[in-house]
Amino acid sequence: MRLNFFRTHKQFTIFALLALLVIGVAIFAPLLAPMNPLEASMDDSLQPPGGKYLCGADKFGRDVLSRVIYGTRTSLVMALCLVAVIFVIGTVLGILAGYFGGIVDGVIMRLADMMISFPGLVLAIAIAGLLGPNMVNAIIAISAVSWTKYARLARSMVLKIKGCLYIEAAVTIGTRTFDILRRYILPNMITTMIVTAATDIGTMMLEIAGLSFLGFGAQAPTPEWGLMLNEGRTYLAKAPWLMIYPGLAIVIVVVIFNMLGDSIRDILDPKQEP
Amino acid sequence: MLTECGNVPTPELLAKTRAELGLDQPFLTQYGRWLGDILKGDMGQSYSFKIPVIDKLKSCFFPTLELAIVSLLLMLLVSIPLGILSAIYQNRWIDYAVRGLAFLGVSVPSFWIGLILLRIFGVNLRWVSVSGGSTDFKSLILPAVTLAISMSAKYTRQVRIAVLDELRQDYVAGARLRGIHESTILWRHVLPNAMLPLVTLLGLSLGSLLGGTTVVEIIYNWPGLGAMAVKAISCRDYPLVQGYVLWIALLYMCINLIVDLSYKRLDPRLREGA
Repeated sequence: MRLNFFRTHKQFTIFALLALLVIGVAIFAPLLAPMNPLEASMDDSLQPPGGKYLCGADKFGRDVLSRVIYGTRTSLVMALCLVAVIFVIGTVLGILAGYFGGIVDGVIMRLADMMISFPGLVLAIAIAGLLGPNMVNAIIAISAVSWTKYARLARSMVLKIKGCLYIEAAVTIGTRTFDILRRYILPNMITTMIVTAATDIGTMMLEIAGLSFLGFGAQAPTPEWGLMLNEGRTYLAKAPWLMIYPGLAIVIVVVIFNMLGDSIRDILDPKQEP
Repeated sequence: MLTECGNVPTPELLAKTRAELGLDQPFLTQYGRWLGDILKGDMGQSYSFKIPVIDKLKSCFFPTLELAIVSLLLMLLVSIPLGILSAIYQNRWIDYAVRGLAFLGVSVPSFWIGLILLRIFGVNLRWVSVSGGSTDFKSLILPAVTLAISMSAKYTRQVRIAVLDELRQDYVAGARLRGIHESTILWRHVLPNAMLPLVTLLGLSLGSLLGGTTVVEIIYNWPGLGAMAVKAISCRDYPLVQGYVLWIALLYMCINLIVDLSYKRLDPRLREGA
């Protein structure tokens, strides 16, 4: 039975394995990386790929390959934290807005409207800039502008479910409001929410890399792909390997997680057209 | 701002500057004065550029407008034909090719595309200047193409979904049964109906483009609003940030209004209903 599941969902199986591989790279980074990603040796500054440095060395003579491998950790942890935060905040606020309506709905949704009617990245930069640039603040900044999508989705689904007969029945027999939300409303909407979260991991990775690229996310000397691209930007002409490998790493990992998200959607929510 | 020259400012200088800028007054007084000045068309002085905010906004707006229009046109040229083709030939090789390309386009960060293009056309071929800063047509091409690539990936998918949704409607089957030519169905019936959701999206993307396309502007050193906003935020140039926020809010309001009004033109049902 279980084996059959993997056989019928080939796309999911392949990309789940690849995602596990990426997670494995993040966990076992110290074993996989040929060198210490933070150790500088100025003699090898901007060494081209080949020989001792498989992907070249950056301006401080740090091994680019090792930094890319360690960067998996940063990107993965930040993206997963971010998705978890916006998933929880957005869903909770959306449920509250949808179920209670009135003033609660008004306040939450107007707040969401405010966030949407502004270029997301600029707002995130403003928040990250004011809080001070570091990784935690980058996550706070991006969550502050991204929870709205989940809140809107959760709200619209609660509104649909609220009209169902079984909710009316639950209210009539005097079920506590919290139990109604937890036992009847949440389970009926959680699938769609998870699908949205799964398809969002890739996008969130790109957002984080973008913020780091602009200097408002991870700070040097942390090995992070967006930051590495920014460092490589200065040496565009002299050392293109500084920007090629981190960029490739971003693309590969984002493709894997996007494909995984799409296949999860296909399995859980077959109604939606790809 | 005062530490610009590397000196630590004396307390007297700090107090004097605070008094000059009106920062020693209570918060509400400051806000009231700002609002009053806005009504008179005065957005105050930028701290870091030492010129009126409104002049700075104006000088940054035109490069952004230019970039936004050219990249939107490029995007429409690419994504509408591709989206329609891929919807018509659903699940044929052309659909798979378009979907694959769109998928890749969504997963590649725009700043990486920008760096790669800059490396190829700036460093290897020497067609454009790497340092940027000018706003002539030649240096417009790369930023516009970079923006168009990442936007058209998203838009192609939307066009495809919108057209597919319409193709599934009963009236299409009806038209086919009555023997109406396939191309007539497509051009006369399906496409006008599919345009409605796309106009909304177009409005949204125009809004975010005009707010400044931060990442691309920074990579190509394009003197637009997005790059200006980041600069203003990182040197805490509050009058400029305030002016920028006000400007964006106005812009979104106008664009949303235009989109709503265009609905009535595009969809006759809305004209009678309301």
